[in-house]
Amino acid sequence: MRLLVTMLFSLLIVLSSSAHAGSVETYQFSKSEYEVRFHDLNKILRCPKCQNQNLADSNSMISQDLRREVYRLMEEGRSDDQIMEFMVMRYGDFVLYKPRFDGVTYFLWLGPIGFGVLGLLILVVVVFRQRKSRNAIVSADESNGEHLSVEEQEKLDRILKRDSD
Amino acid sequence: MKRFILFLPLILFLVLGAFLYKGLFLNPKAMPSALEGKPVPAFKLLTVTKGDRVVTQADLLGDYYLLNVWATWCPSCKAEHPYLLDIARSGIPIYGINYKDDLSAAAKWLSDYQDPYRFSVFDVEGNLGLNLGVYGAPETFLVDHKGIIRLRYAGVIDNNSWGKKFVPLINTIKSEMTEDSTS
Repeated sequence: MRLLVTMLFSLLIVLSSSAHAGSVETYQFSKSEYEVRFHDLNKILRCPKCQNQNLADSNSMISQDLRREVYRLMEEGRSDDQIMEFMVMRYGDFVLYKPRFDGVTYFLWLGPIGFGVLGLLILVVVVFRQRKSRNAIVSADESNGEHLSVEEQEKLDRILKRDSD
Repeated sequence: MKRFILFLPLILFLVLGAFLYKGLFLNPKAMPSALEGKPVPAFKLLTVTKGDRVVTQADLLGDYYLLNVWATWCPSCKAEHPYLLDIARSGIPIYGINYKDDLSAAAKWLSDYQDPYRFSVFDVEGNLGLNLGVYGAPETFLVDHKGIIRLRYAGVIDNNSWGKKFVPLINTIKSEMTEDSTS
């Protein structure tokens, strides 16, 4: 009986440890900076299967494989850019959370700046026009006032005189 | 001109609206493959059923062919399997990539459900899959007679996808092949 319990117990331990090893990977980095870069890269690389998760966040099979690949390339001494290029060569621009600046994405990057400049231009034009038209009204008033004809002046004087009487 | 400016916001709204409306119906899973137009990556792997035989990408050359990624852990692969048998019977060569699978389970699958593949390479580490940009199964690549990947299709092949995606391209490849042989 005791033997059976011991055997069952050890079987349970073996089973649980193997189940555990499947979901959590540990990597031994030869340099401590690799570990920092590894985690940074896993944050900006996107899981192709789960779409809205990065590699660090996802535990899908493909993410595990890609993390292993990032680790392998890093230990080979590749740079971050080379590792990203490796991923893009296989999985396309999709794997980068931050799109690169190229012929397809220039509108994405420059669009907001372009719209900002456009809005500012429209604002300047509107303000400038309003100011110009207000000045025009004021100057029109002034020019009319300066050029009262003699008859008009006499008429004005008569009215003023009548009112004061 | 003045009147036109008044309509500008409406026009902008309509353009943006049309753009976003189209976006509602895009399939987010349909990703452009980075490998279309590129050669099949180099590999050197064992096969599932042919014992110690080691195959490389050179063993696939000659005719155009399909490269189908499958695994016994993938339920959709089972759904796709009868259709692959039909394609194989019509004379189009199919090669399998047994992706991250168990060898005996894979061999049993092929003997139980018939084998549509000329051979299946045993990619237990998923390295060939990774070089092909595979992120799941089933996935199917159409490769031309020069070994260039012409189409990558993620998902189950059915009548609809076969007719729309594969058949037109296969016809193109066939006409290219006759051109190449006559010139």
